[in-house]
Amino acid sequence: MKIKKLVVTVFSGLVLSALSVAPVMAAEESDPTKEQFIPVLTYKTGPFAAGGSGFAGGMEDYFTLLNNRDGGINGIKLVWEECDYGYNTERGVECYERLKGKGLKGAPAFQPLSTGVTYALLERAAADKITLIFLGYGRTDATDGRVFPWGFPAITNYWNQSTTKVQFIAQREGGLDKLKGMKIVNLHLKHPYGIETIPVWNAMAEKFGFEVTHIPVPWPGIDQKSLWLQIRKIQPDYVINRNWGISCTVPLREAARIGFPRDHIIGVWWCGAEEDAIPAGAAAEGYIAATFHAVGTDFPVVNDIFEYVYGVMKGNIASSRVGSVYHLRGVSAAIVTTEVIRKAQEKYGVGPISGEEFRWAMENLDLTAERIAELGATGVLPPFKITCADHEGGGSARFQQWDGNAWHFITDWVEPMKDITRPMIEASAAAYAKEKGITPRSGMSMGSDCG
Amino acid sequence: MLYRETGQFKTSYKKDMAIFPIRQDRWALIATLIFVVVGVPLLATEHVIAGYLIPLLIWAIAAIGLNILTGYTGQLSLGHGAFMAVGAYSAYNLAARVPEIPIILVFLLAGLIAAIFGVLVGSPSLRIKGFYLAVATLAAQFFVEWVFATFPWFVGGAASMVIDTPKMTIFGYQITTTLDNYYLVLGFVVVGTLYAKNLVRSEIGRAWMAIRDMDVAAEVIGIRPLYTKLSAFAVSSFYGGVAGALYAFCYVKSVDFTAFDLFVSLKVLFMIIIGGMGSILGCFLGAAFIVVLPIILNEIAHLFAGQIPSAMLSNIEHMIFGGLIIFFLIVEPHGLARLWMTAKEKLRLWPFPH
Repeated sequence: MKIKKLVVTVFSGLVLSALSVAPVMAAEESDPTKEQFIPVLTYKTGPFAAGGSGFAGGMEDYFTLLNNRDGGINGIKLVWEECDYGYNTERGVECYERLKGKGLKGAPAFQPLSTGVTYALLERAAADKITLIFLGYGRTDATDGRVFPWGFPAITNYWNQSTTKVQFIAQREGGLDKLKGMKIVNLHLKHPYGIETIPVWNAMAEKFGFEVTHIPVPWPGIDQKSLWLQIRKIQPDYVINRNWGISCTVPLREAARIGFPRDHIIGVWWCGAEEDAIPAGAAAEGYIAATFHAVGTDFPVVNDIFEYVYGVMKGNIASSRVGSVYHLRGVSAAIVTTEVIRKAQEKYGVGPISGEEFRWAMENLDLTAERIAELGATGVLPPFKITCADHEGGGSARFQQWDGNAWHFITDWVEPMKDITRPMIEASAAAYAKEKGITPRSGMSMGSDCG
Repeated sequence: MLYRETGQFKTSYKKDMAIFPIRQDRWALIATLIFVVVGVPLLATEHVIAGYLIPLLIWAIAAIGLNILTGYTGQLSLGHGAFMAVGAYSAYNLAARVPEIPIILVFLLAGLIAAIFGVLVGSPSLRIKGFYLAVATLAAQFFVEWVFATFPWFVGGAASMVIDTPKMTIFGYQITTTLDNYYLVLGFVVVGTLYAKNLVRSEIGRAWMAIRDMDVAAEVIGIRPLYTKLSAFAVSSFYGGVAGALYAFCYVKSVDFTAFDLFVSLKVLFMIIIGGMGSILGCFLGAAFIVVLPIILNEIAHLFAGQIPSAMLSNIEHMIFGGLIIFFLIVEPHGLARLWMTAKEKLRLWPFPH
């Protein structure tokens, strides 16, 4: 009897509190003409929650910062809604459908944070006139904006990243000619994301005379013992760690077991976070990973996030993760998004921005070093300039090393080899255009000069 | 009262053997059909159609396929994802390489290719039974994933091994909008469901069920186990193949070899377990439970955004969904369809139960 009473009390209490909460939410809603809606696709559940939660937290922290410190963008408040899809492509598509129509003019841009969802959304987003931004992930050939007007692999794509890794190895070994005869293992997840760089590695191997072995890691990559036996037989000079989530950490432990030097493992930037290194413990010491943004809390923008966001208890993740790799990647993504909105407001007037207006602003975005300094983000992300033909806009990467406690930069910005990647990107984009019956843009098109 | 059958006399064998012998059921069915064809486009938002209904219908076709094999014939299969994959990749290759074939024919041919593959996979079912057969079909699952991840020919040579589905046209009309896709899928669902329902009521359906209930006894009364089992595999993988093709063409529009992994096979299996083994209605209920319910739970949780930490919001879906699975399996181990049957029986007798 007592228990029953208790259950009834707790349950009715829950219902009542839920009901009392609902009107409060309604009261907070304000003028939609003064709000900019931004969809946030994330995964705080599922196998890759470490990356998804940090990225979304960083993005939302920066939006909160702009709202609390500046009152939004030119007085337009940023509002957003999360949709958790657990890195499941099918659910990602549902999230896109759920969020695309929200806000006065609909969602201006999506950042899916998954190569699979990006592939699935490219055509949908183009049909719905919504911009897709994929900072540092696939699909690489969307760099050719003449074929992909709505897709932006901004700052850097996978193929250029792979060339910076070769540049980095060459720098370390003392010149590109030292690559000859070298053995490199491309340890990649058996997943479209992992496979995407194989052609560019083959092209570079042919050009520079090194030998590349592609070893696929079966999804989800928790057990890699047999693969590392194979690597031990090959005796490679370098191993490229192109995995995601737990499969990033396993190679470090396996390498320690067979005595392979950790500073000869070079990770993709999705394998270069604290969450990837810490679980490996001492085995991670010396591990090197590529990145396209900074790590740490030593930036004015991060200090502002502490003051205006966490200071008023509005933080979106644990405060100990502020300034971590994924958090700053989210902050960088939010800086790009909000700067594009600012640019669109300059042209189309202060107010909510539509997908088409966002697309124009993105294609004409020139994020200069001065502007980044004004944002207090010098060093957080590199300056870059997008054009119709080049939806990437940068391409260089930096390399960081794990010292057992934190990531430290060991190089300055390393330039990509666009002479190798650009023709491949154009060929791949042209094949896509042919298959889909798209005429690549030329001349003045959609408000930009496409040559 | 609602189900009062007074005055509904069956005066011919034909009437006695109708799919829906009760008049109210027929009306309900016609009303549902009118609603999904006319009402849904008028009332539902694009999000509901694209996010809920299209996947629900596609997974229901897949579930019908597996239910024919597992629910009606009693052959446990963990390879349904493989049949869907074969269907999706066949449809892509047919549509991309021979654009002259009409798209509906492409889907049917894709189903046919999947059926041939299904017969190959099912051929050991004569010798191995039960869990051992499940393991044999599991081999097909891994084999198919490996093939589509390894040979670029199947994806048209794309470096990332991802297929982008080509445009679809029916008699010169291009299928582009969400509604177009919905009607296309709906057409397949209506015809497919009707066909499946009649199949399981026919001679072959009875043979399947005889094999399921006791294969030795079925053989003794003259049912050929080879033909019966393999026909179940063929029909099952035909439905799976068509569902896979629709999934690729009308829903995600871009699939890779991870789209039809083992989890997909298990997902379809859960659909028929929760929905009801050996029931066509159960396929729809199960698909709704597994595909749509988590999305609805997720949306309800997001009504409380701002009050509850967002990481918690994401997890509420999984906690409640898991609880509901356990709840329904305890309340009615025979699935949601059986719950409906029980309710119907009660309604027919109400208000004067014996």
